[in-house]
Amino acid sequence: MPVTLRLPTVLAKAAGGTTVHEARGATVGEIVADVAGRFPELGPRLRDAKGEPYPYVIFYLDDEDIRFQQGFQTPVPDGAEIVVVPAIAGG
Amino acid sequence: MSIGRPAPELPPLSQDEILRYSRHLIIPEVGVEGQRRLKAARVLMVGAGGLGSPIGLYLAAAGVGRLGIVEFDVVDETNLQRQVLHGTKDVGRKKIESARDRIRDLNPHVEVVAHEAWLTSENALDIIREYDLVVDGTDNFATRYLVNDACVLLGKPNVYGSIYRFEGQSTVFCMAEGPCYRCLYPEPPPPGLVPSCAEGGVLGILPGLVGLIQATEAVKLVAGIGEPLVGRLLLVDALSMQFRTVKLRKNPSCPACGTREIRELIDYQQFCGIRDEEETDAVPAMTVAELDERRRGGAELDLVDVREPHEWDIGRIEGARLAPLSSFADALRTFDSARDVVLYCKSGARSAKAVRQLQQAGFRRVWNLQGGILRWSEEIDPTVPRY
Repeated sequence: MPVTLRLPTVLAKAAGGTTVHEARGATVGEIVADVAGRFPELGPRLRDAKGEPYPYVIFYLDDEDIRFQQGFQTPVPDGAEIVVVPAIAGG
Repeated sequence: MSIGRPAPELPPLSQDEILRYSRHLIIPEVGVEGQRRLKAARVLMVGAGGLGSPIGLYLAAAGVGRLGIVEFDVVDETNLQRQVLHGTKDVGRKKIESARDRIRDLNPHVEVVAHEAWLTSENALDIIREYDLVVDGTDNFATRYLVNDACVLLGKPNVYGSIYRFEGQSTVFCMAEGPCYRCLYPEPPPPGLVPSCAEGGVLGILPGLVGLIQATEAVKLVAGIGEPLVGRLLLVDALSMQFRTVKLRKNPSCPACGTREIRELIDYQQFCGIRDEEETDAVPAMTVAELDERRRGGAELDLVDVREPHEWDIGRIEGARLAPLSSFADALRTFDSARDVVLYCKSGARSAKAVRQLQQAGFRRVWNLQGGILRWSEEIDPTVPRY
C-alpha cells in the first residue's frame, strides 16, 4: 500500500500543482526521494544539499515528528501519511 | 490550571459587568470566577494586524481586564481586507490609536495599554514582564524568535499563530514542561525563501480563523478551563477546510527551554540572516524618474516585468514584457545583450535578483528599477494600480 506525502499549498507549484502525492519507499527519506524524483524543483525545498531535512521544514509521520524518531531513516508503515510543515511567519 | 491570581484576590464584577458578561456567567465552566479571572488578566498582544484584529476584538469583548498592544505600524488601505480592527476612516492613522479607539468602543471596561513601538531585544523583557501571557500576532521570523525567547526567559505562556495564503498554524508555547518555538523550528529559513503576506498574499479570512483560535486559547488559559493547545500544533488548511493536530515535543537540547544556554535576548535580525543593507543595493539601479525621462526622450530600451502573471493582470507599466522570476532562467536567451534592459517587480527585490542573473549571463547594460511598479505608480503614472 502506498504512502501519502501531504505538502503545504506553498510547495504545490514545485510539485506539479498538487499537494497530495502517493509514493513508495521503506523510510521517510525514500518517500521524499520518490516524490522529489518526479518533481526536480521540489527536492531542494524539502532537503538540503546533503539530503538532510532543513531545521525549518518539519516532517510528521502519522502526526509524530520524525526528528524524535530516526529522521529520514524512520521506517514508514504501509498506508502511512507524511505531512510536511514549513515555518511560516505571516500575521 | 489557570494563570494569574488566586481566587480570593480576584476583582469583583460590577452590575454593568454582570449584565454584559451574562452569557459567560451562565456557563458553569466559566461562571463568576472565570469572568473575574478574565477581568484580572493582563494579556499582551504583539501586533494589531491580521491576527491581532480578531484577537483584540474578541479578548476585549470577552472582558480581559488589561489588554496591552505592541504596534508601531500605520493603517494602510491594503490592510483592510483582513485587519478588521481598523476601518476605512483609519487609513493613515497609527494602528495603535485606531485599535485602542475600536476596543474602547467595544468594551469600555477593558484597560488598553498602548506600547507604541516595535518589539526589540531592548524593550521586550520590560514590556512582557508586566503581563500574564502573550499572544503572538507578529508577521516576521525575527520577532517570533524574540517573543519566544523573552517568554521562555520570563516564564510566560506564548499563544502562537502564523499564516500564509490559505494555511495557518497555532499552538501554545512556553508552558511549564511544554515545548517552545525553538523546539519546533530551531532555525529560521534563509531570508527571502518564505514570502511574507505582503509579498505572497493571504486569504483575508484566514487570520480571522487562526486569530480566533489564539483568542480561544488565551481565554481558556486565563479562565483555567479545557485542554490547552500545548504539545500539539494545529494546522489549518482553509482550501480543503481541514484541521489537523500533530504532536509537538519539548526538545531537551533546545538552547532556549532545554539547556537554557540562551540567558539573554540576542540580535534577532542577525539570527535570521537579515542584513542592514538590502540585496538590491548591490546591483545597478535606475530611478523611475530616469526611466520616464529616457522613455520620453525616445531611448531604445527593453523594459521587463519579472512579477508573476497574476500580478501582471493587476496592472503593468506600458511597453513592458513579462518574464516572471520563477522561470527567468528559461527567458534569458530571449534577451538581447546589445540593448539596454531595465527590470522591475513590485518593489525592487525580485528584479534585483533578475538583474544579477542577467549579469551572470554576461549582460552589462542592465538596471533594476528602484521601488518597482509601486514607485512608478506613486511618482510617474497614478493610473497604474497599487496593490
